[in-house]
Amino acid sequence: MREIATTSLLPDNRSVARQAAIRAAKREERVAWQLAAPAITLIIVLILLPTLAVFIFSLTNYELGYDDFQFIGLDNYIELFGDRTFLISLKNTAIYTAIVTPFSVFIGLGVALLIEGETRGRAFFRTVYFLPVASLLVAMATVFQYLLHPTIGPVNAMLSMVGIAGPNWLGSSSTVLLSLAIIGIWQSVSFNMVLFLAGLTAIPRDLYAAAEVDGAKSSWERFRLVTWPMLGPTTLFVTTISVINAVKVFETVKTLTEGGPNKSSEVLLWTIYQEGFVFLRVGYASAMTVIFLAFLIVLMLVQYRVLDKRVHYT
Amino acid sequence: MRRIPLFSMRNLRLAVLSAGALLFLAPYIWMISTAAKSREEIFSSSLTLLPQHWALWENLAKAFSRVPMGQLLLNGLIVCALIFFFQVVIAIPCAYAMAKLKFRAAQTMMTLVMLGLLIPIHATALPIYVALNKVGMLNSYFALSAPFFISVFGIFLFLQFFRAMPDDLIAAARLDGMSELAIVNRVIVPNAWPAVTAFAIFSVVAHWNDLFWPLIVITGTERATPPLGLLFFRAAEAGDDYGALMAATLIITLPLVAAFLLAQRRFIEGITLTGLKG
Repeated sequence: MREIATTSLLPDNRSVARQAAIRAAKREERVAWQLAAPAITLIIVLILLPTLAVFIFSLTNYELGYDDFQFIGLDNYIELFGDRTFLISLKNTAIYTAIVTPFSVFIGLGVALLIEGETRGRAFFRTVYFLPVASLLVAMATVFQYLLHPTIGPVNAMLSMVGIAGPNWLGSSSTVLLSLAIIGIWQSVSFNMVLFLAGLTAIPRDLYAAAEVDGAKSSWERFRLVTWPMLGPTTLFVTTISVINAVKVFETVKTLTEGGPNKSSEVLLWTIYQEGFVFLRVGYASAMTVIFLAFLIVLMLVQYRVLDKRVHYT
Repeated sequence: MRRIPLFSMRNLRLAVLSAGALLFLAPYIWMISTAAKSREEIFSSSLTLLPQHWALWENLAKAFSRVPMGQLLLNGLIVCALIFFFQVVIAIPCAYAMAKLKFRAAQTMMTLVMLGLLIPIHATALPIYVALNKVGMLNSYFALSAPFFISVFGIFLFLQFFRAMPDDLIAAARLDGMSELAIVNRVIVPNAWPAVTAFAIFSVVAHWNDLFWPLIVITGTERATPPLGLLFFRAAEAGDDYGALMAATLIITLPLVAAFLLAQRRFIEGITLTGLKG
């Protein structure tokens, strides 16, 4: 009753206040648009339009240097799946990813657990294992090339001391992917270790105490019952990131092998780079890019799905 | 105090960690050692770490004379600075509008940002290259940096950070009669330093190390960034003068590694924060 009385007493004030509020909201909306405008423009110009353009190019026979081009439908895609180089490239990328991902995730987790549990020299070890992230990959790849050199490299020199004739690591088609994978693992273990360390710090200490009360005496039991399930989201994320980074392998291939010997280190981004920026077949390279992008999107979707369904404990 | 037996779990753990650390350090140790060796020594004794005859200065001198090393480092610095400056200046106001203002497009913006996170430079490179070629802008600082002026990841990171900031701070500034732009400059940015440094580390590490994009848009040494310059150097050396090559890698790796060693905590925090972008 009283409410009605007061409001009916002040009809004018209320509508004035409301109009002022609407005006303020409108002004705020306008300011928000102004503040966001540069970002929106650049997202459209630098991300959305180029992505759209890649899809359109992939339906054409566009080559840089020739001004006219025709729409040729799905011909590029049909050509792709009969293209030996592209198929080799897909296979090599898959093999490389299959080697690098499990090793870099599990070694990364192992190193993080060891560092977390060790009080002596923790800061020192963290620094050492983190160094590869801060190092220029092209430069470190060059160092690895020297280390793995068949005749003057220290690795084969050490192997020959114990009587093993070392392989021509980067120069032979049977070991080149493995050698590139070793460099890949060396770098991503470092990155994964830091992410796992962050995940480990986030696990509440009392969970371990509770597990101990419940009879989990050995450190393996504590890992199985507390650490592993609590790290679920981190592990999934680290795995996805590792797969994506492995699929994007390019720097080491360009620096060390250029796809060789005999296409045995031909990987996806290298093939795209060759077709698009060396042979300038923009249309054809765009079709490859669309396939590459599709892989990435599927990977991210899988991650979102699993993350939504399974790995929530908190 | 309990005595720790020599072969306890703890010592085993320390041994494993130390062995791994040695493996991780090995490339750096050999990089420095080889950079200090003469050509003959590199070919004769690859397992001796200390050179009998120091050739570090000769190798460094070769690295500096065959490619314009100073120019490369300067180019890297300019490109990273340009990219970081524009990324921050463009991302912060946008993130502020999305986090703290009544902005009906905020939801749509969020979708755009998530979509942008999915699309790497490798996917947009071809059309951007074609466009830069058409306007004759290849081989320039602009070509090197402009595609990265927008960082959707930066928007995402700042958004998370701003959401956690108290609204009272902003309300008080508004009562003082500050405009929204002034609020961003004088209230938000000074309070967002942890996020800005984390993002700076992420951005600089990514672009200092990037080879893919510079390789595409740059053809000569005068605009080359350090990774690309190293490739040119390898080509010029035909790849077998490892002493000079290691000296060059040493010079080019040093700036970021030194920055990391000086500001380790911030670096690790930054990479952790930015690594968890999923």
